Amino acid sequence: MTASPAKVLLDVKEASRSFGGLKALSEVSLHINKGELIGLIGPNGAGKTTLFNLLTGVYPPSSGTIILNDQSVGGMKPYKINRMGAARTFQNIRLFTAMTVLDNVKIAYHQHAKHSMFTSMLRLPKHFKGEDEITRQAMEMLKIFNLADQAHEYAGNMSYGNQRRLEIARALAAGPKLLLLDEPAAGMNPNETRDLMNLIAWIRKEFDLTILLIEHDMSLVMGVCDRIYVLDRGMLIANGTPVEIRNNPKVIEAYLGQEA
Amino acid sequence: MKRLNQLNKRFWGGIVLALIVYAVIQILLTTGIFDDVTRSTLFLICINIMLAVSLNLINGITGQFSIGHAGFMSVGAYVSAILTLNFDVPFIPALIIAGIVAALCGILIGIPTLRLNGDYLAIATLGFGEIIRIVMLNTEYVGGASGLSGIPSKSTWTIMFVFTLITIVIITNFIRSSHGRACIAIRENEIAAEAMGINTTLYKVIAFSLGALFAGMAGGLSAHTFYVINPGSFNFLKSFEILVMVVLGGLGSTAGSVVGAIVLTVLFTALQDFPEVRMILYSAILILMMIFRPKGLLGSTGISLKKFAKKEATKRDSISSESAS
Amino acid sequence: MAMEYFIQQLINGISVGSIYALIALGYTMVYGIIKLINFAHGDVFMVGSFIGLYSARNLANAGLPPVLVLLLSLVISMTVSALLGISIERLAYKPLRKASRIAVLITAIGVSFLLEYTGVAIVGPQAQGFPEILNKKQYTLFGSIQVDSNQIMILGTTIVLMIILQFIVHRTKIGKAMRAVSYDMEAARLMGINVDRTISATFAIGSALAAAAGVIFGMTYNSVDPMMGVLPGLKAFVAAVLGGIGSIPGALVGGLLLGTVETEVSSLGYSSWRDGVAFAVLILILIFKPSGLFGKNVREKV
Repeated sequence: MTASPAKVLLDVKEASRSFGGLKALSEVSLHINKGELIGLIGPNGAGKTTLFNLLTGVYPPSSGTIILNDQSVGGMKPYKINRMGAARTFQNIRLFTAMTVLDNVKIAYHQHAKHSMFTSMLRLPKHFKGEDEITRQAMEMLKIFNLADQAHEYAGNMSYGNQRRLEIARALAAGPKLLLLDEPAAGMNPNETRDLMNLIAWIRKEFDLTILLIEHDMSLVMGVCDRIYVLDRGMLIANGTPVEIRNNPKVIEAYLGQEA
Repeated sequence: MKRLNQLNKRFWGGIVLALIVYAVIQILLTTGIFDDVTRSTLFLICINIMLAVSLNLINGITGQFSIGHAGFMSVGAYVSAILTLNFDVPFIPALIIAGIVAALCGILIGIPTLRLNGDYLAIATLGFGEIIRIVMLNTEYVGGASGLSGIPSKSTWTIMFVFTLITIVIITNFIRSSHGRACIAIRENEIAAEAMGINTTLYKVIAFSLGALFAGMAGGLSAHTFYVINPGSFNFLKSFEILVMVVLGGLGSTAGSVVGAIVLTVLFTALQDFPEVRMILYSAILILMMIFRPKGLLGSTGISLKKFAKKEATKRDSISSESAS
Repeated sequence: MAMEYFIQQLINGISVGSIYALIALGYTMVYGIIKLINFAHGDVFMVGSFIGLYSARNLANAGLPPVLVLLLSLVISMTVSALLGISIERLAYKPLRKASRIAVLITAIGVSFLLEYTGVAIVGPQAQGFPEILNKKQYTLFGSIQVDSNQIMILGTTIVLMIILQFIVHRTKIGKAMRAVSYDMEAARLMGINVDRTISATFAIGSALAAAAGVIFGMTYNSVDPMMGVLPGLKAFVAAVLGGIGSIPGALVGGLLLGTVETEVSSLGYSSWRDGVAFAVLILILIFKPSGLFGKNVREKV
């Protein structure tokens, strides 16, 4: 719709998903250009997380196509999609709680590991080289997120806000082109939320990222997003710039209708 | 580089300690201070350590609840016994082939079943363990119900020691690497692990077949220590025994599995003449452990079941809170 | 002839299957409510059988009429086993209500072995004969098909118990509570349902049904021993999975189906593979349709 010559990174065409008889998403089409920061909003139960689950392969779309970086990824396994450049966080934090903060991030670097299982079992020099490289990269990532001093603590023991940030750090460690954030500010106070939004803006530049952000709270995304898609009851009801969305009667109705 | 040296120091320290244990026991055996009963207990300890450490890789580290480990042990026992009895294959190659065949069975069984989770997987592994037993029972070539006897006694303390050490070292090395971390991540949160680029199916099958490999070798050693094998010696009870060792030591802790195997084997041997008492004690220990000390003896170094519980509790919460969106 | 032979085996299969079905009900109900494979359930069946044995022996010695001996033995065995089931849940599983499912599963395996070997310690490992309560009568149908009074009794008892169970689950307050708790334990608690009591009731009913199966088993096979619960227990679990674990009609259908398949396999001359077939059925169901024939498909929410 925006007739820009920019390269399309993610192109979703008429993706649908139903569970049993229930249609959670019907014929959703959207596209994200390289470098954009896109918001995905909608009332509770609109299907936002379901869309994320389709994009990251948690379940395949019932119909429709999903193109990531010119490759069709609909129905691919999550780990493959992750390796093709889409990493996510979860609405309910899914850290490896009984592993250290450092190990959590190391997991995401595993896909880039160059030492095989056998060199590890026999402790060949390549194993040490590979492990040290992973540790170095993971520590660097933690430094960016100011988590380096907690590197050896159990992830489950960290504060809520830090757990959310660690999840983003872990997602970044996988080396994605597209970052999908599922309500990253959920449960945070206004100060923490503002810091987080600044951080998101910063990593976007620093890592040359394209970001798709689910947010429940409309006002929050207005400030940072280039464009916004609005889902309601499994259907895309609007898309456009924050100003357009703010004045879109359908969107207002969806939100007010829900609150009434 | 400093870290590397530290790691190496720890590694070589362990090796030296192990060699001392080896030498002392070797002396005790050759001088006759250890009699035949002690010797066979000692061999049994080695076999059980191999079984417990390899099961811990599957259950404790990767979090895939298998209760059919004796099945892999029996595959190894039968394969090695047939090789030495009917084909005159030397002992060590026979053991290695036995391990490999068991590992292949692990892959064959693992690929279809490892997508199941929790207790469904447990029951499927139990089913496979039983199927292996029933196949042996119905195969005349391997002696049917009466099994194989007259298996040459080829196990020596040196062989026992070396195989046990190899099992511990290789599995520990695996666990303490990026690959082992991938397995732990699967245990911690399978969905997140997969979303972070871990091929969860692959690593589950690797853990499963690596566990089966060493269980198969342990089975081969067992066959060549106790001369006789029959399908009955590898039933669910044996799988359960190995599980108790792992749980007693602390799920997820290799050191715990070693301790659990030693403690239970000694207890087992001491109560040999009172089989019911032994089993009552076994099961009582297990129940009390789960209620009062789910971490096991060495649980603090590994990961406790309580943490599992916490994780599952939060998972439940989040599922209900999330069902809205 | 072949048709008659087939029907004959079908009748035999239904008798075995009824026993599986009764045990499977306990598995399925407990799983439905606390998501636990109660490994000790097969051993409750064994205890039920032994209590039936001793009751029947003593009552018959006291000179009661056979039908009364049967009914009283059933009632005593079912009552005692229900209490046993409640105690097991209270002592071993309840402290682990918040623990992981794996911890509870391990405990259940522990309880199973505890019951078996306590049994061995008390009554010894050898099998004991079950007193013949009813005189076996043979009936011949359609020329050559044989049905005996025992088989009719088995089917009759199973049907009566199933009707009672259906009534309890769908028409009584406790049944309503059971359904509510199995749907959502926390919500049920918030709605004022006494969850602990409901779980106890589930264990009591499941154990009573297993005990009934135990008595019937003893009368049919005329032999009981402390390990008798292991295989029927596992098979009944297979039946529960086959029917769709958590589903009461599923347990019945699964039990009858498994019993029939097993009998047919045996009659074709592969009796030593019979148990293997049961486990193969289990694995195939788990792999291709884990929700079973009547189960709901549940998957983790992300």
